[in-house]
Amino acid sequence: MKNKMNIYRQIQHHIDLIIVFTQKDLKLRYKNSFLGYFWSVAHPVVYALIFYVAFKLIVRVPIENYALFLVCGLFPWQWFANSVGASPMIFFGNAQIIKKINFPRNIIPLALVLHDMIHFILAIPVIIAFVLYSGHKPYFFWFIGIPVLVIGQFCIIYGICLIISTLNIFFRDLERLTIIFINILFYATPVFYSEKMIPERYMFILKLNPMALFLINWRNLFLEGTLRLDYTMLSFFYGILFLGVGVLIYRKLSWRFAEVL
Amino acid sequence: MAFCRGIVSEIAISFQNVTKTYPLYHHFKGGIKNLLFHPLEGIKSLKSSQFMAIRDISFEVKKGESFGIIGKNGAGKSTILGLIAGVIKPSKGKIMVNGGVSPLLELGAGFHPDLTGRENIILKGILLGLTRSEILNKIKKIIDFSELEEFIEQPIRTYSSGMLARLGFSIVANIDPEILLIDEILAVGDKNFQDKCLKRMLDFKEQKVTIVFVSHSMDYIDMLCNRVMWLDDHSIKNIGKPELIIKQYQQGNIS
Ligand SMILES: Nc1ncnc2c1ncn2[C@@H]1O[C@H](COP(=O)(O)OP(=O)(O)O)[C@@H](O)[C@H]1O
Ligand SMILES: [Mg+2]
Repeated sequence: MKNKMNIYRQIQHHIDLIIVFTQKDLKLRYKNSFLGYFWSVAHPVVYALIFYVAFKLIVRVPIENYALFLVCGLFPWQWFANSVGASPMIFFGNAQIIKKINFPRNIIPLALVLHDMIHFILAIPVIIAFVLYSGHKPYFFWFIGIPVLVIGQFCIIYGICLIISTLNIFFRDLERLTIIFINILFYATPVFYSEKMIPERYMFILKLNPMALFLINWRNLFLEGTLRLDYTMLSFFYGILFLGVGVLIYRKLSWRFAEVL
Repeated sequence: MAFCRGIVSEIAISFQNVTKTYPLYHHFKGGIKNLLFHPLEGIKSLKSSQFMAIRDISFEVKKGESFGIIGKNGAGKSTILGLIAGVIKPSKGKIMVNGGVSPLLELGAGFHPDLTGRENIILKGILLGLTRSEILNKIKKIIDFSELEEFIEQPIRTYSSGMLARLGFSIVANIDPEILLIDEILAVGDKNFQDKCLKRMLDFKEQKVTIVFVSHSMDYIDMLCNRVMWLDDHSIKNIGKPELIIKQYQQGNIS
């Protein structure tokens, strides 16, 4: 039966694997669908509230409509932070099946990133509600801009997760480094401050930080209905770069997973 | 199905002078920090400390044969099953596997505690290489075989170990495997279900499904296997008829 497994069946099987793994995580998260959704959205909103108190009421950053400003940035950031934060341990959590069954292991980090991506997409209406509530108009360009940024951000997050989850099997202290790395990157990314506040001589750091490019684009997209072409192209370049490196590292090392785990 | 095709003596699995060594990664516990500060030592320790799990193993399993593997703990039995399943690669030698491999996993492996029995069947079926529609076609048979009835809609964290074993075996028993790998896991569940498992295994044998069977139960080995391989100290001590090998093995263990 399986000898005759043709290409079509193999592709179908691969798709089924991806769906069933992603579905599993979604099912668990949204088991009680209302409560699940509520908590997923509550997390970034609570962050927004904290930053609002800290930076608007106390530090008094000169940014108009700061609450909206925060919400537009925190949701895409959460996708990145959740996926990358979970990636170091993701293969360990599935060690039992990796040790016994021969299936494409990259499905595991892929499902993780897809799950967080779907979760982000489900939260977009909440962001848009904030945008409209603040008196902005809806933009038609959202229909193009949102898919473009989702795809770009997916590439880079999946690439990074593939790199970290693979390497952490061999160097287990990478998990600690990842937590530190996410923290540093959060402050290096204009989530709670505006890129316009960065002194000119530090601006080059923005271009070295793909998440900064995405965040600026997300905010422009939600608030003004525009994307910066140069940032978009540069962020896609990073996306493909990280994805390429991730696939390369994974390919080189995945055959050893079962013996090291 | 796999039978009826080709000549009777078609080879399902062949090992030619297969050696498997594991690098002793635990020498490397320092992780990245050590690699950064002592790169040379790190790489050297990685290369020099190899552990030989099996040494120069050659054997063949014919299509439709039930092949037993016995030996003490640490002899290398699970390593051989891992090599057949393709989850690990040999360090030396050649392995040929002709057909789809279905490992029977130990209790609950590959299951998610918060999903229902039914959801877990689909998850595991796809993991074992079936498409979604193929597993959905078989799901009724699997559920019936498991005798779990209404529990099938409950999250499996509520299952007893016997129920988990039923679920696991029921999936593998009903997905028409070509090569079935079983690693020391028949002796679970109640007597009734054990008998049912054994009966199903004998059916498989009848249907000429290739089975590689690792067990410490000489009774099972005797009942189920056409041939047995005795592993000792990471290499082959002997291969032959069950009666003969079991006798030698038991004598070997006494003296
Ligand atoms: N992933 C691994 N890394 C290092 N050593 C291993 C690994 N797996 C097995 N071994 C070693 O290889 C030998 C054979 O193991 P195994 O095949 O599991 O034996 P058995 O199943 O016969 O008890 C054992 O000594 C074991 O310690
Ligand atoms: Mg073993």
